[in-house]
Amino acid sequence: MIRLILPAQLRALARVGSVEVELRIEGQATQRSVLDALEAQYPALRGLLRDHVSQRRRPLLRFFACQEDLSHEPPDAPLPQAVASGVEPLIVVAAIAGG
Amino acid sequence: MNSVRVLVGTQKCAFVLTSDGKRQRWELSSPHFVGWEIYHLTGSIADPNRLYASQYNSWFGQLIQRSNDGGETWEPVGNRFVLEGGIGNYEGYDGTPQAWEFKRIWHLEPSLTDPDTIYSGAEDAALFRSTDGGQNWKEFRGLRAHHSARRWQPGRTAMCLHTILLDPTNARRFFIAVMAAGVFRTDDAGETWCAINRGLKSQYIADPNAEVGHCVHSIKMHRTRPHVLFMQKHWDVMRSDNAGDSWQEVSGNLPSDFGFAIAVHAHEPETIYVVPIKSESEHFPPEAKLRVYRSRTGGYEWEPLTKGLPQNDCYVNVLRGAMGVDSLDPCGIYFGTTGGEVYASADGGDTWMLIAQRLPPIVSVEAQTLP
Repeated sequence: MIRLILPAQLRALARVGSVEVELRIEGQATQRSVLDALEAQYPALRGLLRDHVSQRRRPLLRFFACQEDLSHEPPDAPLPQAVASGVEPLIVVAAIAGG
Repeated sequence: MNSVRVLVGTQKCAFVLTSDGKRQRWELSSPHFVGWEIYHLTGSIADPNRLYASQYNSWFGQLIQRSNDGGETWEPVGNRFVLEGGIGNYEGYDGTPQAWEFKRIWHLEPSLTDPDTIYSGAEDAALFRSTDGGQNWKEFRGLRAHHSARRWQPGRTAMCLHTILLDPTNARRFFIAVMAAGVFRTDDAGETWCAINRGLKSQYIADPNAEVGHCVHSIKMHRTRPHVLFMQKHWDVMRSDNAGDSWQEVSGNLPSDFGFAIAVHAHEPETIYVVPIKSESEHFPPEAKLRVYRSRTGGYEWEPLTKGLPQNDCYVNVLRGAMGVDSLDPCGIYFGTTGGEVYASADGGDTWMLIAQRLPPIVSVEAQTLP
């Protein structure tokens, strides 16, 4: 089970009451497979973390885990084992910008 | 007894104001969509409880929200806006070709007859339609395929499609306006388009007969006379009596013919309203007096409406989408300011009252008349 922490606005939109959401991933845990699972479980979030067409991460969002910035990792790169095993969460951080 | 619902989109959330038909006591809802820019909040004429909102922020992009109960509850619907290919580029600020890109939705225009059909105007300028209540969107490719599109340029704010008017007498005709290109009309339900900007004069364009490049801020029509269009342009208030084939200036005695919003009285097709704004850069009312100007003659002759509006130290703006009318008798007029105030007149503009204040800067105001 993958643990994912979303920004508060996305939690509100998805009507998630807890800080973390848990996602079951088939196959290898990657940024792409996590987002695929997230969007399948919460359709309201489609297109909000990554562009519908290009599938690129939105510029003002970052992905962190295990105290590392994974934002520039390829979407199909394996996530750290601690994330894949559910020991550590994958964290989506919205830039503190814009007022 | 009738009642009125005023839909307010702001830079940080949306509100719904409600009143009975007297329009003297108003109730302000709690904020909806907190933390999001609401470019437009509007309702269906075919089903007034069907509302749509364009919700955006720079972190997460575009959302469309839909309500089936007059704004009590909302649900996100489709936000997949894909531009059709094969159009080419447009010319950017630096003269280099720019690829078209979907950025956000500025305007939503529900069908006049079907609550599930809605049109949307995008930045970069493009027109979309959904026929399933906002779940799926398809672009009208023909608009961006217009031969002038490569010469459309962004204004200071954006190159966006900000106005959509549907002809109530002809389902195949609609009008759109693009900043800073001008007005376009289709007579074949969006397949092909013609630029309808003859008569517009824009001092910053070298060619006095330029087909496009005009900074149109808003256009409106009266439902009984859809061939008569009224326009607030960057400078100049204009009208057309032939569905946009030609335009003439009707600024008359306005203290400034710069402005953004324009409205048409619900029952008097020749009665129109504007809010003059000072110059291009200051963007507040002349003499710091907030005045709505009314013409009962379709332009040319204007009278200031001031009762109930601040007449000193007022430095707000009224944006292009921030003025609406209800259809009660007397007609109600509503507008919102960048200072977060909503003003209402229940007597066609003769007197005004402040019905909400201290809101975030207001982007859009729409009024619904409910049975």
